[in-house]
Amino acid sequence: MLLTTDTGRVMTDAILLAHGSGGRLSHNLIEGEILPFLANPMLSKLDDSAVFTANGRLAFTTDSYVVNPIFFPGGDIGKLAVCGTVNDLSMSGAKPAYLSLSVIIEEGFPLNKLGQIIRSIRAAAKEAGVDIITGDTKVVNKGQADKLFVNTSGIGIVPDGIDISGANAMTGDRVILSGSIGEHGIAIMSQREGLRFEVPVESDCAPLNRLVAEMLEASPNIHCLRDPTRGGIATTLNELARQSRVSIVIEENKIPIKEAVRAACELLGFDPVHVANEGKLVAIVDHHDADEVLAQMKENRYGGSAAIIGEVRDDHPGKVIMKTRLGPSRIVDMLSGELLPRIC
Amino acid sequence: MKFIDEYQDNKLAESLAYRIANHCSHKIRLMEFCGGHTHAIMRHGIRQLVPETIEMRSGPGCPVCVTATTDLDKAIALAHLPGTIIATFGDIMRVPGSYSSLRQAKADGADIRIVYSTMDAMEIAKANANKSVVFVGIGFETTAPTIAASIIKARREGIENFYVLSLLKLTPPVMKALLDLGEVKLDGIIGPGHVSVIIGSGPYEFISNDYRVACVISGFEPLDILLCIDKLVQQIEAGQPRVEIAYSRGVRPEGNLKALELMGDVFETDGANWRGIGIIPQSGLKIKKEYEHFDADKTFHVSLEPARESKGCRCGDILRGVATPHECKLFGRGCTPERPIGPCMVSSEGACAAYYRYGASYD
Repeated sequence: MLLTTDTGRVMTDAILLAHGSGGRLSHNLIEGEILPFLANPMLSKLDDSAVFTANGRLAFTTDSYVVNPIFFPGGDIGKLAVCGTVNDLSMSGAKPAYLSLSVIIEEGFPLNKLGQIIRSIRAAAKEAGVDIITGDTKVVNKGQADKLFVNTSGIGIVPDGIDISGANAMTGDRVILSGSIGEHGIAIMSQREGLRFEVPVESDCAPLNRLVAEMLEASPNIHCLRDPTRGGIATTLNELARQSRVSIVIEENKIPIKEAVRAACELLGFDPVHVANEGKLVAIVDHHDADEVLAQMKENRYGGSAAIIGEVRDDHPGKVIMKTRLGPSRIVDMLSGELLPRIC
Repeated sequence: MKFIDEYQDNKLAESLAYRIANHCSHKIRLMEFCGGHTHAIMRHGIRQLVPETIEMRSGPGCPVCVTATTDLDKAIALAHLPGTIIATFGDIMRVPGSYSSLRQAKADGADIRIVYSTMDAMEIAKANANKSVVFVGIGFETTAPTIAASIIKARREGIENFYVLSLLKLTPPVMKALLDLGEVKLDGIIGPGHVSVIIGSGPYEFISNDYRVACVISGFEPLDILLCIDKLVQQIEAGQPRVEIAYSRGVRPEGNLKALELMGDVFETDGANWRGIGIIPQSGLKIKKEYEHFDADKTFHVSLEPARESKGCRCGDILRGVATPHECKLFGRGCTPERPIGPCMVSSEGACAAYYRYGASYD
């Protein structure tokens, strides 16, 4: 259905192939649906590239978002695309500054839903304090993409004296987790499967750059930072153990987890340490500074239930070992393949 | 759902473990039938809590694992038929068949969709009226009622393009087959929890009556399993094996009558082919004649090359409890969750996957 507005702009209620043609509809889409929400001096110029000045060491990252469903309890693909890239920058200790935003839309996608996603991109960018300074929109034939894909790249500035890497964990360091695990994965799964829980589980999707900045103010001796997204904290801790050639020993009963997530995991046969997070971080911190960093984290809204969950050791290099709630120890392995509910 | 902490309490676990160790006066061998139990045992470290005198073997209770290679080959062949969509649980995608896997077939262009229930498969059928949608029905008595319900619903709603390839299997006959084979002497069986929710405890009575083997039906929380082992040890020590329910919040002796009725409406028993065991009479469920329109076996005909098993893979032995995953030469070497050779390493209920994930390379 096509509508013509007072100003002569052609409007439709669904995305058409012509919206990606580079012609008038493309302009209408960008100027009518995207720019008003994301405007800043650099983006509004609509030049072929954004030009800016930067001082110091830069961090640069990119990520593509193809989540299904695109709307889920606690967020949507737009919020995820901003937070994910902001968090990837933050995990190098960088202060995120600028993002790019590229959207690939399937023909027929409802315009109002695109608007909803753009508005949540705006809200997330505002919260994180980053500007989107360049972007691109493409439309593909129906069936060539699943509703909408988003790519964001980000540039951040790494303050002097910060050296954070997965290879920096040292024996004796403490492992801090910023909050309860598994919420994003369970929110997505419950939406996808139509599961309803007594207490609905919402995605924890959030920008963590301010939390990281406050942690770094508390102590420069943060050796590793990583956000445990797909594959959960199990995968992240294994990556860190391998990169740093150390073992990591964690205690199951110290890992914060909401009752509803635990119940859902038991029901579906998941190990919560394998379930995805989008607003959590794992920090490996010099043991002298761990309590101070933890106290600082608890002041932040995204670190309220942070906890020291374990420590770095030198036996069994490359392994992650968990003391279970019942007392015995076991290996925590990376997630292999997809997380799939049990059949039986 | 406020039940988890109570069932994972370490003080209670300690005292149960203490009691088990105190009561168990000689070496005994238990089998946990269910892959779900194997995983819970490994995940919570229960083997470390029970005394070394208790040997634990995994059983055939992993639906993906017991699916015969030839049945998998059939599903793969169906996937290649033009105009066909295969809907399946995800685990089976990665299981190697004789010549390919469903995952490979998908990469080759077959339309294969992962679903979480048969109802999802029916939705796919509704949305693709010009295609045939075949649901690969693997599972035990746990899954059978929902598959039955979907077939009844498909008939009621006139969904003509929905089919089920029934590879459903029944647990009591395979237990009987294992006991008859007698390859592994068992003192007790940790009975399946979820299956028993459906069928109750009655169908297991033959285990203690005819074979003098103890059988205690267990839930999946660590304390459920410890309590079950405690009860098994008591029965074995007293020399009075019987069928007992240690999962009374889920299982009633008579089972779930409504679910059983649904199963009975749609399915009848038939011989089924089990990986590592072969054909066991009356151990499978086939779709009754009155619902045969929905039976993929009756509707589609594919010719299959003779099935081939992967060389060196001991999944069959592991499913019969004859070998433990560590006794397979491929375990952790040629066969890992990333590059599985046998289904026991693929499925989230497979014994090899549990051993690998929770303790393969600790030592």
